[in-house]
Amino acid sequence: MAAYRVKPRTRDTEIVRTTVWSAGPGCHGTCGVLAHIRKGRLVKIEGDPDHPWNQGRLCARCLAMTQYVHHPDRLTRPLRRVGERGEGKWEAISWDEAFDLIEGKLKAIRSAHGPESVVFSMGTGRDISPWLCMLAYAYGSPNVMFALSGNACYSPRIAAVETVLGDYCVPDAAQWLERRYEDPEYRVPRCLVIWGYNIPNTCPDNIFGHWFIDLMKRGTEIICMDPRLTWFSSRAKHWLRLRPGTDGAIAMGFLHTILAEGLYDRAFVRRWTNAPLLLRTDTGRLLRESDLRPRGSRDNFAAWDAAAGEAVVWDSAAAAFEREHAKPALGGEFSVGLHGGATVRCRTVWDAFCEAAAGYPPERVEAITGVPAATIRDAARMYARSSPAAIHWGLPIDSTPGITPTAQAITALWCITGNLEVPGGNVIARNAFECVSYALPGAEGVIRLATKEADRKRIGVDAYGPFRRFIWRAQTDKVLEQIFSGKPYPIKALWMQTGNLIAGIGFEPKKWREAFRKLDFIAAVDLFMTPTTQYADVVLPAATFLEKDSVRSWWVPLQTINRAMTVPECRPDVEINFELARRLDPGFRWESVEALFDDILKNSGMSFRELQKRQWALPPAGHSSAPYRRHEKGLLRPDGRPGFATPSGLVELYASLREEWGLEPLPHYEEPPLTPVSRPDLAKDYPLILSTGRRSFAFFNAEHRNIPWLRALDPDPTVEIHPRTAAGLGIAGGDWVWVENWLGRQRFRAKVTIAVRPDMVMAAHGWWFPEEEGAEPSLFGAWKSNINQLIPMGSQGEDGLGAPLKNLMCRVYRVGGRRGGSDDEQGQA
Amino acid sequence: MTSKARPEFGLLIDYEYCTGCHSCEMACAQEYNHKPGNSGIRVFEVEQTLPDGRETLSFFPFPTDSCLLCPHLTREGLDPACVKHCMAACMRYGRIEDLARAAGEKPRMVLWVPR
Repeated sequence: MAAYRVKPRTRDTEIVRTTVWSAGPGCHGTCGVLAHIRKGRLVKIEGDPDHPWNQGRLCARCLAMTQYVHHPDRLTRPLRRVGERGEGKWEAISWDEAFDLIEGKLKAIRSAHGPESVVFSMGTGRDISPWLCMLAYAYGSPNVMFALSGNACYSPRIAAVETVLGDYCVPDAAQWLERRYEDPEYRVPRCLVIWGYNIPNTCPDNIFGHWFIDLMKRGTEIICMDPRLTWFSSRAKHWLRLRPGTDGAIAMGFLHTILAEGLYDRAFVRRWTNAPLLLRTDTGRLLRESDLRPRGSRDNFAAWDAAAGEAVVWDSAAAAFEREHAKPALGGEFSVGLHGGATVRCRTVWDAFCEAAAGYPPERVEAITGVPAATIRDAARMYARSSPAAIHWGLPIDSTPGITPTAQAITALWCITGNLEVPGGNVIARNAFECVSYALPGAEGVIRLATKEADRKRIGVDAYGPFRRFIWRAQTDKVLEQIFSGKPYPIKALWMQTGNLIAGIGFEPKKWREAFRKLDFIAAVDLFMTPTTQYADVVLPAATFLEKDSVRSWWVPLQTINRAMTVPECRPDVEINFELARRLDPGFRWESVEALFDDILKNSGMSFRELQKRQWALPPAGHSSAPYRRHEKGLLRPDGRPGFATPSGLVELYASLREEWGLEPLPHYEEPPLTPVSRPDLAKDYPLILSTGRRSFAFFNAEHRNIPWLRALDPDPTVEIHPRTAAGLGIAGGDWVWVENWLGRQRFRAKVTIAVRPDMVMAAHGWWFPEEEGAEPSLFGAWKSNINQLIPMGSQGEDGLGAPLKNLMCRVYRVGGRRGGSDDEQGQA
Repeated sequence: MTSKARPEFGLLIDYEYCTGCHSCEMACAQEYNHKPGNSGIRVFEVEQTLPDGRETLSFFPFPTDSCLLCPHLTREGLDPACVKHCMAACMRYGRIEDLARAAGEKPRMVLWVPR
């Protein structure tokens, strides 16, 4: 008996210890659970009290697993479409038939059009994204797509932080330490900024939301940025109730206050950031060694050495100044001789950075955001004066085209206030033991494309800098365009796994449906029929986390998922994709799924079986994947020198990569494109700000509407409206209302609540009705209350990132109310 | 048990930290296979604007007449299902006199005794 089986409390029940990720609760948490199995069925699930992540606690979605795993509507056989797409006519086939069919179709498409003509699409991939990449790369396609417009969930934030400091950071809730809050090295943050994140609802980003409640019990005080009244905002010392989409202005206002009042860590700024590096005043660009010397490197920069009274070269490879005792000036303007004999005036990055922030006095930020200037100042002072302090941010940061400059500003906050890589601050988050399965920002995994050449055809690579350095997905809006245009090459087929494009992740879902109709072949993997799987030609039945073995190395802990049971004919995604990858790639590297897991775990020194016996492992102190102060210890750079894994080896307050990509390198605020401020013409007809995406405890995005216990918690698609606004519109709580803009209208149930600002509404996302007819035109009710029908594709920023899902415009009126049109009409205004 | 019997055990609920996550409801629904919408404990949401203008949002888990305090678990020294799974760890099971003492340790507590 394997060690992960624990002693049962009753004779006929076996208890299996495993960890959660993917189908089931659906989130990105990694809770330890004990699954009680009787006669092959799950009879109970409980939190594992010995697991460091959740310590026995468990959320509603996981506690409802018995209704999920044995749900009568689960797909249990591969299905082949026999009617038209969307008609809901299927026949069950064997796995061998399904694999043969898919293999045949994909090989024919590859021969005729090249592997890049097949797109491999996911939602928020969870344990399945590595295997999706494995299949795509084995087939030869670089086009793995995270199907949200502007790739606007998390990877933009990750890419932005990597741009600034070469790694990603998260708040330190002692998750790297086995004894957690009791570890003597750990310090409880005195201040925690919860920025656009109602995180106790559904752990979306690999952070257990209730850790922050643990910290509050231990004395952490909260600053909350949120347009909505949340549990955090009503307990915050300072609540900044900003207009949706203006987070970047708040961040700049914070920088303004902190710089103007000298509340930053001068020693850190001088030693570890590129603040002393020089910018040419003629070009506005970084002064490089190649400007100074005929054969100087473009990769090296320069500062003004106050000791020598001349420029000194910063050697990026050595992460040091050429002259050991250089005294780089932090501010000032200097004349520097170039190698051609000319002289150019230069100023420091620090002066430029301070000047950028100086453009945002709190009074101006108040005018942009609606947050009183005094509150901005007080909150910025509290953050800067608290040591340690941490910032945790949510998806609203990704939901403007100005995501990167916003995230640069926020990243600068934790860097210049001395909160980077300190206990209780923002610490660098790397995969545990540097075990990386697939390509993520900043890390190449063991699962990769055969050649770099194959990656050149990835959609979006040419257009967008971050996609060449940090983001290894296709750019979603460009994929949709290309399905219609066929330029520069045609898209012929789609593989869909862990995502529901029509009712979940796709904006303008009718456009996606039109795109589906253009494709020669669509295969889908899912656990239930959804509006999206109705458009597939083949649907394969996947397993829940309880029915599979797998590995997880995303940050910490490193751990295994252990098969507790099986549901006949359902297969784990990894096994489905492994079989197809083996058939599609004559050079496929792994002999078995276990050999693949062993390969992923190689850097830990443990095999899959060994790790499974331990269940989880944390990297030891001093490992490059464990905090703290790794930049001082030389643990962040491949060459082992102190510094950061950026082009200069420094925290780049002025982002040299953004300069390379032709984008503004300094943080700033950009007004989103579809707000009452940027589009007063539209505001006449659509006076309310439309936000969506708020989390429900009951559901993970488009999942769980078919789980009776969970649906009872949150039965209807709701739109939150402020009492004053509702009164003005003659709307009462519980009324069905239309939410409408130029793209269409959808029905929601009004929740009249002070949770939202009077100038906005918050509409729930991911709604479809599994209890309704699955075939078109109903398509499980996917066209009735689907807020994505009001969100445009193609609003990504200059770097290909961001989407306006929290800062759009709409009007709201009662169903049967004043505006014309039949109330049965679906979708179209 | 008749209503005349003297209860010995109860729940101490620190509602300052209840986030409204509904884990208690779902843990109970699983433990007793309640019909959807039924549970031995329900979470209530209260939002209001205080006299000083501050807006607040609070949640209150409150046991219902279905609550048995999980004798099959407590007999083995385990916590009731709701207490065990509470994400905010804001509920405590114990002897009423012990809980009454603990209720004085901080504000915003409710001591509840079952049917």
